[in-house]
Amino acid sequence: MHPWVGAGLDDQRHILRLLGLESVDDLFTSIPAEVCVERLELPPAQDEDGLRKVFAATADANVVMDSLPCFLGAGVYRHVEPAVVDAVLSRAEFFTSYTPYQPEISQGTLQAIFEFQTLIGRLAGLPVANASLYDGATALVEAVLFSHRVLRGKRDLVVIAETVHPMYRKVLETYATAAGIEIVVVPPADDGRLDPEQVRAAAADRACCVVLQSPNFLGIIEDLPPLAEVAHDGGALAVQVVTEAVSLGLLAGGGDFGFDVVCGEAQSFGVAPGFGGPHLGFFACGENHMRQMPGRLVGETVDEEGSRAFCLTLSTREQHIRRAKATSNICTNQGLMALAATVWLEAVGGAGLRELAASCLARSEELKRRIADNGGPWRLAYPQSPTFNEFLLVGPGAGPDLVDRLAKENVLAGVPTATWGGSWSDGILVAVTERNSAADIDAFAAALEKLS
Amino acid sequence: MTVANDLLYRRSHEWARTEGDTVVVGISHYAQDQLGEVVYVELPDAGTGIAAGEELGTLESVKAVSEFLAPVGGEVIEVNERLEDEPNLVNEDPYGEGWLVKISGSVDGEDLLDAAAYQEFLEEESG
Repeated sequence: MHPWVGAGLDDQRHILRLLGLESVDDLFTSIPAEVCVERLELPPAQDEDGLRKVFAATADANVVMDSLPCFLGAGVYRHVEPAVVDAVLSRAEFFTSYTPYQPEISQGTLQAIFEFQTLIGRLAGLPVANASLYDGATALVEAVLFSHRVLRGKRDLVVIAETVHPMYRKVLETYATAAGIEIVVVPPADDGRLDPEQVRAAAADRACCVVLQSPNFLGIIEDLPPLAEVAHDGGALAVQVVTEAVSLGLLAGGGDFGFDVVCGEAQSFGVAPGFGGPHLGFFACGENHMRQMPGRLVGETVDEEGSRAFCLTLSTREQHIRRAKATSNICTNQGLMALAATVWLEAVGGAGLRELAASCLARSEELKRRIADNGGPWRLAYPQSPTFNEFLLVGPGAGPDLVDRLAKENVLAGVPTATWGGSWSDGILVAVTERNSAADIDAFAAALEKLS
Repeated sequence: MTVANDLLYRRSHEWARTEGDTVVVGISHYAQDQLGEVVYVELPDAGTGIAAGEELGTLESVKAVSEFLAPVGGEVIEVNERLEDEPNLVNEDPYGEGWLVKISGSVDGEDLLDAAAYQEFLEEESG
């Protein structure tokens, strides 16, 4: 039998004889008969061209993000998609390779990762960043386990803001339960931001880290310096989670304010929103703790001829060397998406990223102003609090109901928060990016006015 | 391979030297040679209580990471802070400047080898 050509009928008969079975169906007798379908009622066979038309017609029945003015966010954001990203990504040298396990032979891959780390480190305001992680939620979990290790396993408590994305907190619960780490959740104050004194009380010199998201789940920018301070006062590490990475184009990363870890989701950088991903986790920390950092790390060195070269660095943290004592059970990276982010950031550029972020802020502020001026029953939940490109809209039926009504007016208004609950009023998270035109904003304001 | 005469050894290649009420701990010349160039030493916090045979810390070389174990039980009272910046002292002077930790405790009753027995043990291991 050829290793990658399926078994023919003769092969099947041979295998069945060896197994002492009559038919292939005998292999599946453990599946209860009542869940088996006797015969699939499929339409008649079609040729390739016919099938394409069937699927295209089905796909056209969907409303997608580009069909209507779209304000969906809540952890997944729609930004510009320069063609160069896919052009580079689809090169076979990058597209077919996995995280480097015989790395130094693939200098191009290592250089791309090194550039990714450099970009992330600069945005985070921290000197060391890894080669990426699966997604923002697992990056947060890694930050908690990291903090636990840095404090030598002596502090089994993590203090986390309720305004960290609820799905991220859910993933943390799964891991923390298994690791014997207790979670204390701190709700936001009346302005939607954390009160440092409440964080101080919750941490009470027992926490390994204080985790917060900024801009937070409600879109609000936290006041980072006093929060880093209360974490450190209690002997804990300070961890910032970022779900909208484009915010780092305008807002300095937590590293600049004393945060020990800045981690989260970099999907915004060139990874198109899709059902279930792929996403792109990132993780940055200080040099003092880099040996506890999870994930792969590429460093710059020189080869034997003295030329610039790249190599995997501090690999002794990883599973293939440290086995059970590795810093993480995940020692791979999200290679292709990290490359997408790298190409995207390099195409957009430093000034471009700032401009792009400023445009998100301006458009979001414009929509906020229009909603406030509208005077209808729907209003901003936290009108006085600073936001970046997302805000919570509350009022009668502001949830799945209002989302449906606005969809009928051809506006995808945002993500209802009722699914996740929270100590705040249920509402709709409205995200505005540079992809939302003035016409989109007009459409939102007009639809809301019509329903008032 | 040098085996210092005045020390006691664990079969896992740590040595112990009694200085008053304190036991100084390091790794043998053989161990550092097996590890290769040590690039990082992770030491316990002073004040940590430890039982004989428990993990005290880790030594990272260019090719491996290995734990080093406590030859005696007690409390860690001092760690060699010079190793933070000069981890290769473990290679250059394993019985002297490359010591790892000091434990308040005693070698009495611990299952340790004297230099001659350790030498013999090494010959058996490599033989």
